[in-house]
Order: sequence, then structure tokens, then C-alpha cells
Amino acid sequence: MFTDAQVLFQIAGIGIIVALIHTILKQMGKEEIAQFATLIGFIIVLVIVINGLSDLFNQIKSVFLF
Amino acid sequence: MDILQIVLLGIIASILYIVLKDINRSFAFFIILITGIIIFLSIIQQIAIIFELIQDLGRNANVEGLYMETILKIIGIAYIAEIGASLTKEAGLEAVAKNIELAGKIFILLLAVPIITAVVEAILNFLPSV
Repeated sequence: MFTDAQVLFQIAGIGIIVALIHTILKQMGKEEIAQFATLIGFIIVLVIVINGLSDLFNQIKSVFLF
Repeated sequence: MDILQIVLLGIIASILYIVLKDINRSFAFFIILITGIIIFLSIIQQIAIIFELIQDLGRNANVEGLYMETILKIIGIAYIAEIGASLTKEAGLEAVAKNIELAGKIFILLLAVPIITAVVEAILNFLPSV
């Protein structure tokens, strides 16, 4: 899953789109919905990153600390 | 993964980071995190090969298994502490980064206690008993 740069572009894309949605919703005057959109995008990216992080720590444990 | 690919990955990550930095700071931090993860996951297989070589050499030289294991664990702790410290420093938490480095040093010292005691005992054996 994490062997190429795909996930990098995924995160960057999610970030840009979330910022876009945030700006549009703010312009429409829906401040709290804009906050929610940012939060949801944050959580989605967090799930991806946490998966990678646990993968990394498992590998480190198996190689260094056996 | 090839070295060229890793370097290109770093360049792409920095470009994306610069783009995202002004738009959304938290996502820019995630970019840094995931880049480190990808690069390390791609080199960990090679590290395992090198460690097998080191352990083989140690076995041939009749080095006690405990010592080799301790050295490898120390390398692992140093690397993990380094990752954590640099990531927290990047996020702007200098004090937490310093504390993580301190914790890494303490754990390394803790792992080295058996070796230090062995050295001290060996030196005491050399000394003529009064």
C-alpha cells in the first residue's frame, strides 16, 4: 500500500479539496458546516497516516527489537 | 526502492508541502509524516539483510548473543527517538522533542547496563587482589 508516491498525492489532493470546500462554505455563510468539513477531511487523512504509522512501527519492532 | 526514486519522492513531497503549507497546515504535516513512513518502509528490508550479516559475523566470532542483540536494540531505539524528535520539532514543539531525545538516551543507557557491569567486572578481575 505504501510502496509508491500515490498516497502522497492522495493526501495532498484531500487537503486542497478540503480547503476549497471550507472556503466555499465560508463564503456561503455556513461557518459551522465548514468547520465540520475540515474536521472530516482531517479524520480521513488521519486514518491513512495512522495505518502507515502502525505498519512502520511493526516493521521496526520486527527488525530492530525482535 | 531505488535511490533515484527516493530522491524524487523527497522532491515531490517538498513541492506538495510548499503548496499545502499556506492552505492547510495540518495536512502539510501529514505529508511530512507519510513521506518518512514511505521512505523508511522501502529501506527496511535492506536493513534486515545488513543486520543478518552482522549477526552472522558475530556468531562466527563467538561474540555472546546478548551483546549483539543489545547493539541492534540500541540502534532501533536511536532511530525511533530520532524520528519522533524531528517530527515533533517540525510541528513546532521544541520542548517535547528535547524530552523525546532525553528519553531515548535514558533507554539506551538502561539497555547498556549489563554490558557496563560486565566491563567493570572484567576490570576488577585484572586488578590484583589486595
